[in-house]
Amino acid sequence: MSARDKILGRLRAHMPAEAMMPPVLEAHYAPRARGESKAERLRRFRTGIEGFQAQVHLTTEDDWPTLLSALCAQKQVHTLMFGGLTPAGRRLMTTRFETTVLRSWEGQVETLKADLFHRVDAALTHARGAIAETGSLILWSSPEEPRTLSLVPPLHFVLLDAATIHPTFFDALRYENWAAGLPTNALLVSGPSKTADIQQTLAYGAHGPKELIVLVINAEGEAS
Amino acid sequence: MSVQTPSSPASNAGQPLAFVSAQALRERMHEAVNDTHLRQSFRGAMDFLMAKRAVQFPDPEELDSLRVLSEHIRQYSLSKLPDLLEQLETSLVRNGVQVHWAETPDEANAIMLEIARRHAAKLIVKGKSMVSEEIEFNHAMEAAGIGALESDMGEYIVQLAGEKPSHIIMPAIHQTKQQIAKLFAEHIPGVEYTDNVDALIQIGRRVLREKFEEADIGLSGVNFAVAETGTLCLVENEGNGRMCTTVPKVHIAITGIEKVVEKLEHVAPLFSILTRSATGQAVSTYFNMITGPRRSTDQDGPEEVHLVLLDNGRSQAYADEQLRKTLQCIRCGACMNHCPVYTRIGGHAYGTTYPGPIGKIISPHMMGLEQTHLLPTASSLCGACGEVCPVKIPIPELLIRLRGEAQSAPRADPAMVGQGAAYDPKISLLWKMWAGLYSRPSTYRAFSWLATRFRALTPARQRGWTAARTPLKPAPRRLRDMLKDRT
Ligand code: SF4
Repeated sequence: MSARDKILGRLRAHMPAEAMMPPVLEAHYAPRARGESKAERLRRFRTGIEGFQAQVHLTTEDDWPTLLSALCAQKQVHTLMFGGLTPAGRRLMTTRFETTVLRSWEGQVETLKADLFHRVDAALTHARGAIAETGSLILWSSPEEPRTLSLVPPLHFVLLDAATIHPTFFDALRYENWAAGLPTNALLVSGPSKTADIQQTLAYGAHGPKELIVLVINAEGEAS
Repeated sequence: MSVQTPSSPASNAGQPLAFVSAQALRERMHEAVNDTHLRQSFRGAMDFLMAKRAVQFPDPEELDSLRVLSEHIRQYSLSKLPDLLEQLETSLVRNGVQVHWAETPDEANAIMLEIARRHAAKLIVKGKSMVSEEIEFNHAMEAAGIGALESDMGEYIVQLAGEKPSHIIMPAIHQTKQQIAKLFAEHIPGVEYTDNVDALIQIGRRVLREKFEEADIGLSGVNFAVAETGTLCLVENEGNGRMCTTVPKVHIAITGIEKVVEKLEHVAPLFSILTRSATGQAVSTYFNMITGPRRSTDQDGPEEVHLVLLDNGRSQAYADEQLRKTLQCIRCGACMNHCPVYTRIGGHAYGTTYPGPIGKIISPHMMGLEQTHLLPTASSLCGACGEVCPVKIPIPELLIRLRGEAQSAPRADPAMVGQGAAYDPKISLLWKMWAGLYSRPSTYRAFSWLATRFRALTPARQRGWTAARTPLKPAPRRLRDMLKDRT
């Protein structure tokens, strides 16, 4: 008998005859933070993620590329990488950056790995959404925006549409029905990487990005 | 003391994992208690973690509701465990993940060694995984000539120092920054002594980034495995977990068989209560949900993903309705942060992979009671652990149960390996006599009368009791006599 069959056999021999009633998650979530306005969700998201040392800038659909270019100049970003096939990527292709070299992701990671680790100093990705309760960004990996893009470069810019902020993680995955089809890597990000492993002293810039900057568009008006 | 080993009902009998003999527990505790430096480190760290946790739960009603829900999810998952494991396997295989099952640590190591050999791997970078500690993964790989490098900052420090983690969430909590500064200066070429924490972290970052780039395999643990979607969830702050599971060509995840939940939505409350209970954070920096290897359209990610499901005594705990609750654990570490014993002796004195209250209730299943029967006795039963446990494991009740399993006369069909390991016929007889005397008024009266008359005969030295206390002595007069005088 295989290890699998032996383990399952032992468990089956002692499994309760009847499974318990499935948990009802709404009972916990329903009374909390519902009917919040879009502005309130943005406010909570912002407080949360700023508490984790991320920077948040409110901008607009028209202006964000210019803001990004200014931030890159200010942070002395030499090379900015992004997914060239996303709508945001296409916008960037037509934006003038004074001091920063724009580079879109081309090909498989194997050909880019050394550059990603040593030469690219910032990346831009878009967020699928965010979570007000905890100040978290939702990133889904895709062929256009591979997962190393938000991980390896030391500075990470994220473009977020304020209309996509959910009250809680539960709301996001339930109402967008994530279970029906997840990407290879779905990710919540709340701030730049950090550690408190040395004498409980908080230090930012552990193994992932050292800085996280969120550009929020569509902050005005109510969500549709 | 006679030690009898009942025949093994489960899988783990042959492989006790004693890093340090559990019998030496008392000596180690004694040493730890007398190490003022160590006690200060732990006291400070535990106060810090307790305060941070308290801030995360300002609303007792919300905490209560979330705990009840989390307990329910864990118990529900366990009530269908074999079904969920099969569903998980089916979903994972559909997603392209290779699933392996291991009854023992040796089997798990052999599976991973085989994968490493197939890829001619020289270096494995590791994200934080307590299960890999449980099976002594690093030793097994090093014995085969394969490097296994810890990349969680705390684990990296502990590995450099040649130690074991002393806390399941904060592995290097026993080290001061000066000790770490010395360690780095001695072991990392070209590094000068600095006890600036930011500088130390940047040194670790620089060294380990090179390794992420060159490693052949990344190893990680799993916080939750989702049966319906075949998703492996990882909670972390540093980004090393993401590095290990994203950059190398092969990702191996290892986890205990109890970590599975049925639905993706079940991870939402568990994740929330985990980070808040563990480090007092509303959320961790990263929550990583991995659903398979690199797909044909993907541009990065590992080409192979493996999951190793380890039993190592868990099915023994599962077989008993009460002991099964042990498997509800989500490894937050809150029980150790709030434990007065852990705070005083630190994590190493226990001598087991998992220290503190959770270690006392899970280690006996992994290692057998012969090696671990003292662990459940290293508790004042104050109940703090059970009170803070986010999934409401009745830890004090389980400690009493395990004491009973260890001290009772060996039975033919024991619930655990090593049942009766601490059985002493003389002590059992004493307790039986005591029970006999106290359960009948006539014998109790006669006994208490005699005890007050012959109190001068009580010995002045009473084993462990008098080591730090005055001897026990019957009172000169019985309560009943004093009451009689009053009327
Ligand atoms: S027993 Fe409870 S408190 Fe202790 S680590 Fe497990 S879940 Fe956390």
